[in-house]
Amino acid sequence: MRIGVVTFPGSCDDRDARTAVASMGGDPVPLWHGDGDLRGVDAVVLPGGFSYGDYLRCGAIARFSPVMGAVAGFARSGGPVLGICNGFQVLCEAGLLPGALLRNAGLRFVCREVEVTVESTATAWTSACTAGGSLTIPVKHGEGRYVHDDPAALAAAGQVVFRYAPGHNPNGSLADIAGVRNPAGNVVGLMPHPEHAVDPLLGPTGGRTLFESVLTARV
Amino acid sequence: MSSVVEGLYRQLGLTDEEFERILGVLGREPSRAELAMYSLMWSEHCSYKSSKVHLRRLPSQGARVLQGPGENAGVVDLGDGVAAVFKIESHNHPSFVEPFQGAATGVGGIIRDILAMGARPAASLNSLRFGDPAEPLQRRLLEGVVAGIGHYGNCVGVATVGGEVSFDPCYAGNPLVNALTVGFMPAERLLTGRAEQPGDLAVLMGAKTGRDGIGGASVLASASFEEGDDAKRPNVQVGDPFQEKLLIEACLELGERRLLRGLQDLGAAGISCAVAEVAARAGMGMEVDLDAVPLREPSMEAWEVLVSESQERMLALVAPDRLDDVLEVCRRWGILANVLGEMTEPEGSGEPRGGAPVNRGIVRVGFRGEVVAEVPAASLADDGPVYSRPLVRPDPPADGALAEVPLDAEVAGAVLALAADPTCASKRWVWEQYDRFVGHGTVAGPGSDAAVLRVPGSGRAVALATDGNGRYSALDPAAGAALAVAEAARNVACTGAQPIAVTNCLNFASPERPEVMGSFAAAVDGMAAACQALGLPVTGGNVSFYNESSGRPIHPTPIVGVLGLLEDPGAAVPSAFPRPGLDVWLLGETRVELGGSAWQRLTTGHLKGRPPALDLAAEAALHRLLVTLATRRLLAAAHDLSDGGLALALVEATVATGVGATITLPPGVPPLAALVSESASRVLLAIPPASAEELATLAAEAGVPATRLGTTGGDRLVVPGLLDLPVSGLRGTYEAALPRALGELA
Repeated sequence: MRIGVVTFPGSCDDRDARTAVASMGGDPVPLWHGDGDLRGVDAVVLPGGFSYGDYLRCGAIARFSPVMGAVAGFARSGGPVLGICNGFQVLCEAGLLPGALLRNAGLRFVCREVEVTVESTATAWTSACTAGGSLTIPVKHGEGRYVHDDPAALAAAGQVVFRYAPGHNPNGSLADIAGVRNPAGNVVGLMPHPEHAVDPLLGPTGGRTLFESVLTARV
Repeated sequence: MSSVVEGLYRQLGLTDEEFERILGVLGREPSRAELAMYSLMWSEHCSYKSSKVHLRRLPSQGARVLQGPGENAGVVDLGDGVAAVFKIESHNHPSFVEPFQGAATGVGGIIRDILAMGARPAASLNSLRFGDPAEPLQRRLLEGVVAGIGHYGNCVGVATVGGEVSFDPCYAGNPLVNALTVGFMPAERLLTGRAEQPGDLAVLMGAKTGRDGIGGASVLASASFEEGDDAKRPNVQVGDPFQEKLLIEACLELGERRLLRGLQDLGAAGISCAVAEVAARAGMGMEVDLDAVPLREPSMEAWEVLVSESQERMLALVAPDRLDDVLEVCRRWGILANVLGEMTEPEGSGEPRGGAPVNRGIVRVGFRGEVVAEVPAASLADDGPVYSRPLVRPDPPADGALAEVPLDAEVAGAVLALAADPTCASKRWVWEQYDRFVGHGTVAGPGSDAAVLRVPGSGRAVALATDGNGRYSALDPAAGAALAVAEAARNVACTGAQPIAVTNCLNFASPERPEVMGSFAAAVDGMAAACQALGLPVTGGNVSFYNESSGRPIHPTPIVGVLGLLEDPGAAVPSAFPRPGLDVWLLGETRVELGGSAWQRLTTGHLKGRPPALDLAAEAALHRLLVTLATRRLLAAAHDLSDGGLALALVEATVATGVGATITLPPGVPPLAALVSESASRVLLAIPPASAEELATLAAEAGVPATRLGTTGGDRLVVPGLLDLPVSGLRGTYEAALPRALGELA
């Protein structure tokens, strides 16, 4: 299965996302921000980093890059899209996911391993997870405080995919929301970094089931 | 002589003698641009004029050394065709003037040094020193420096994986910010900043050049702080990590596609330094067209363009037939690239004069239709002044010098007091602001004895640690420097890695004071002896002088970074007790040694006596033993004993995992001394009980004393009859200490 990983100028985790995909048995395909072509991939990952330096609002410039036009079309046609950290911010800016991500409540960058609870398995990226199960995955961001006008409605619609476990909310996110999906479930965004949690040598492996979900669903 | 020039050279930090020397080299009065170039290139920061004669005593050769001192960074062979590039550098003064940008650009600068060798920068460590964190100014400095390091490293995608932070009033007016970066590359792709033939082009890549950082190396880095130095703020550069990220990717692509002859970073002294070094190394000249430099401010004068320290710039050396490809790669990554110069034939006879061949490569700089500078490259880069400054060597402390530390305190209180001391306590507040995951290689990160990094393209890993105890060095600079080497190497060996090379950052006060120069010379001697004994070549580093503020010098603070090689990343030994039911052992001998110790500082506030004795042969034997034990998979945990002695090692080994221990104290010294003494060459181990016999045998063969202390298990740290503390409580104390000192916890 071919999983495209977009490189924006300033992406930092694009190489690690490709490594993670490969280690899980997928075929990583580099995608370039300036190309409007997804090279026939079966799924797309928007990786973490600081696209265009994030000197404006995070993700605000990246959403206008040529590749995002193609990603939006791919998402509309049901293609699986995962936004990790900066990629989540880009998806929110692009209107492909609800809500927005603001400066952390503590006003500092936070890098730590957190526990998240899987709230929805009805997505392309969590179908192999256990509903209500918990995963340990690192976060590392300065602007990851999730906000939404009506988090209860979002939850009622099944669009909350991950919540930080009690005591693990690192950024003041509303209702402990760590990740959300679009109504169809093919587009998912989250602040934690599953690509940094696939290799037991390097720490917890809570990210593996996200990649397993997309790899098994479509093979 | 024009009075303009006369007024200028002193303002630029040149002495009368140095100005005479410039007149001698040129045979005429220098232009304003030339004067600016010399003032920067001959500054202490760029020329090492006071330290050069001493640094030669450091060993720099070794079987694994692919590149020693003199290039942008040292390079060592890791086997399997893979090389590690690493170096540490200071950004002390900029970080005091403007903590966030000063620290950020320090990180950016050392990353470009690694990049210049052709390696992908992989990870950084930082050694930081501040005054009392409870003081508002120190808190502002710490917050700014940590945020700046995090901002830059996080944005460029280089993991920050370790280092150390400590606090002492001597750094209140002059904090230390030393940044180390390591990168990896296929050894055959090693680049040097070297052009090959006349006609090769020098392409300036990256950011536009502005007025920031003018005189950074001379005015800022090569002079002490006085009152009212806020005016130096414009001398600090401003970083743009996004630009650096693009520059990194573009340079790596150029290297991978073999489009480069060489690569040079632009750091201190900017274009002047890069151009002079490139030309001098090649033994050629360079025709430089300053009009090709994209300027942020069009009104800049030639001398400003030549010495600006604007960040995020590199100089690529390119064969003419590769130029189009190089420009295309830069365009794709969205960075500026312009042909700044062309290598030229050396001029003159090339005949030896006075024993050394005369290098007449001329750097000729044109700007707006005029030649603004025309100087021999080597006179800037290599033939600057070298000083054997007067020095007064410090008297080593007398044999009978006493630490004068009371040993009647209650044991549990002592352990808690050490755990609550910001210097000894957890630095989680610091390292949680750094991305330690990016790069998919961090096997062990902050909080470990040494960082362990998987090496891309190889089945191996490296371990890296930085250490340096200013209190020891203040008592005895030679001993302090040797102890820094020993401790950093021991930390590396605790992971099971074989220490293989050293980078150093020597932080001292003004070299114009004989007693400072004397302590510098002594520290170099101590470091050289330790490196010799431990088989560790020094592959590069940095000297930072003038670390004093209003006449108050810092402690001599040699910081040592040690790189080790680990054959199997999966065999990396953790530093905390991983599970119950293990035997706890202590390697090494515990004596009553409290001079310069954390316990002395906490209980008396004074600095007296002698630092711990260091037997280099015993230290080397200990490292060999640790590597052997790790290779045989006998170690479940290994933790170096240093600051805070056995007490702090036990706290750290238990709080990280919550696994307690019940132990007896090493015999022969009073109980409190057994816990707080800082005797060198000691390591705390946890091993499966079944391995005890093998451990004892191997230790005996190595001549390393080994004492069984007890077992791991439970959720308390217990020394029967003396100490019984819940690990959770210890963890609370250990984790809360720094946030509390910073006023963030009640």
